[in-house]
Amino acid sequence: MQKEDETDVHATTSNQLGVKVVRALLVAAATFTALWFGLGILSDPTAFAGTPPYVSKVFQALIAIVLGVAGIWTLFYAGNTLIEALPDKATEFLRPYLFVLPAVAVVGLYLIYPTVGTIATSVTDVPEGGGFFSNYADAFTNPEVILNLRNNLIWLLIAPAVSVAIGLVFAGLVDRIRLESLAKSFVFMPLAISFVGAAVIWKFVYAWKPAGQDQIGILNALWVWAGGFLVDWGILEDVEPIAWLQQIPLNTLALIAIMIWLQVGFAMVILSAAIKGVPSELTEAARIDGASERQIFFRITIPTIKGSLLVVYTTIAIAVLKVFDIIFVTTGGNFDTSVVAVRMYQEMFRFRNFGQATTMAVILLVAVIPIMVVNIRNLRRQGIGA
Amino acid sequence: MTVVADKEPAAQTETRGPKRRKRRKDGTEKAGWLVRLTVLLIVLMWTLPTLGLLINSFRDSVESSSTGWWTSVLNPLATNWTMGNYTTVLTSGGLFDALINSLIVTIPATVIPITLAAFAAYGFAWLRFRGRSLLFGILVGLLVVPLQLSLVPLLQVYQGTGLTGSFVGIWLAHTGFGLPLAVFILYGFISQLPKDLFESAFMDGASPFTAFTKLVLPLSVPALASFAIFQFLWVWNDFLVALVFLGTSSDVAVLTIELASIVGSRGEAYHLLTAAAFVSMLIPLVVFLSLQRYFVRGLLAGSVKG
Repeated sequence: MQKEDETDVHATTSNQLGVKVVRALLVAAATFTALWFGLGILSDPTAFAGTPPYVSKVFQALIAIVLGVAGIWTLFYAGNTLIEALPDKATEFLRPYLFVLPAVAVVGLYLIYPTVGTIATSVTDVPEGGGFFSNYADAFTNPEVILNLRNNLIWLLIAPAVSVAIGLVFAGLVDRIRLESLAKSFVFMPLAISFVGAAVIWKFVYAWKPAGQDQIGILNALWVWAGGFLVDWGILEDVEPIAWLQQIPLNTLALIAIMIWLQVGFAMVILSAAIKGVPSELTEAARIDGASERQIFFRITIPTIKGSLLVVYTTIAIAVLKVFDIIFVTTGGNFDTSVVAVRMYQEMFRFRNFGQATTMAVILLVAVIPIMVVNIRNLRRQGIGA
Repeated sequence: MTVVADKEPAAQTETRGPKRRKRRKDGTEKAGWLVRLTVLLIVLMWTLPTLGLLINSFRDSVESSSTGWWTSVLNPLATNWTMGNYTTVLTSGGLFDALINSLIVTIPATVIPITLAAFAAYGFAWLRFRGRSLLFGILVGLLVVPLQLSLVPLLQVYQGTGLTGSFVGIWLAHTGFGLPLAVFILYGFISQLPKDLFESAFMDGASPFTAFTKLVLPLSVPALASFAIFQFLWVWNDFLVALVFLGTSSDVAVLTIELASIVGSRGEAYHLLTAAAFVSMLIPLVVFLSLQRYFVRGLLAGSVKG
């Protein structure tokens, strides 16, 4: 209604306004047509018939990438043209929403709606005759789920603590080494490697061949070699190569080692930055008072970087609780290595039991939230982010 | 070491010149052998697994399945070095297609959330409207939600609308999952831009849209780059989201999916697995090593991805 008031009062500009509206509509229409047409080509398997497979694949890639990247920008541009074509008051009112609503809408669809849906499904998609919480009752009385929870707990107790410890020790020591940045890059590098890639890397480290054959995994090669001495010295009766990924309970520890290998770089980077931020007056004063490097590290450095230690610990803890790829790719959850996230996937796709799958997801949420809250509070206190 | 270091300042500056000398003046002890040994040991444990895989990827199938990679290091001349594993996986395997698919998925799935998040961060930081703090609180609060919570209902929506197995579907999924962190990082940066900047721009008649594209975006490049690398690596290395929403059919399967399927089906074809793993790691490693600085900044700013 405001719109009409405005156009009446400023009658002289109404002609201009008309041009602007028409232009805006044209832009919007062109954007939608282009997107529609492009998406049509993408979903049409015959669009590139007759071209060699590599060529068509590359063409498809180019179209998809241009479409995705340019599409999002033209949508915003078209939206803005439309809004600015409106009378000033309406423009001012609508503009903020043009900026924030797309993000809010996507998040609403991809996080809020499904989270509510997951929680609802876990209490409504129940076995016949079951009550609201029968999925949870089933879960907590199922020995396999108990085993998964136990495994998650083992992961949670070991992986974050060891990652932080190694990261901290390394960050503290490397500070005094000449080739500091080079050494750090090596430890940091696994951060760029996918969990699947890391799983492949470590499958080779853990590779097993029957006794008597050459070991091709470095861990068994070292073990057989070192074990040989132990046998010679009469400490061990016999040395057998170990199937690291099959032997319970060793296999869970072997998998946790992969996670630690991936996370230490992250811990090291954050902690190294924190250590460098410790005011030198503090360490200097302690040094003058005759404190040893070790005392300075434990009594001054560590208490000063407590906040960063907490952030690193909680961040790794959350990643550990949701661990999926490493286990799925190496053991597939067999040999007692499965965890809640792997079980969820299996309930979803192997058993099509959405009730149990969503129950697993809710268990994860309940486990993650307290850690996350600590983390965000701590970040706020440090003044990082919002 | 100190003596040598003092005599060769040029060599010193190459590594960490000024800081180094300052620390010497601080009177820090020089690193003892125990310190150096520990560092060396950790570095070895963190590089040998990858190095072993790299070496194996250049050995033929007989060697890589019968002897350890270190035998080739000790006897480089007795080894049949070959590029064959790479040519095999890239031509006969589906790995080339998977590489392209990974690019198709990753580039838009990085640009779209950055765009949405930058607009939103600007809106939240510099525009006044009803529900501002509520919406912002919800958006950032969603950092706590593990993406597993989204899988079942979204899969149902996707199956209903035919979005499963489509690139648009996975772009949007990664956008949704990456947005809270993106807004969190970008808001932290954009809200700190000086106020005078906008005032003078508006005085000159610029609209907020122009101010955003001509001022905010260019100034926010460091923050945008941080998040871009973060999201790029996250999407490229993602396995779960691709597995659920994109699937394993070869016209859409990304590298992680293809690699996992090689593990499953040809777990004993060691020589091909190694080459495939390296193909999948190449681009993230290059991106990562060349833009490490921005990545570290992103880590420091947003180590809370849910």
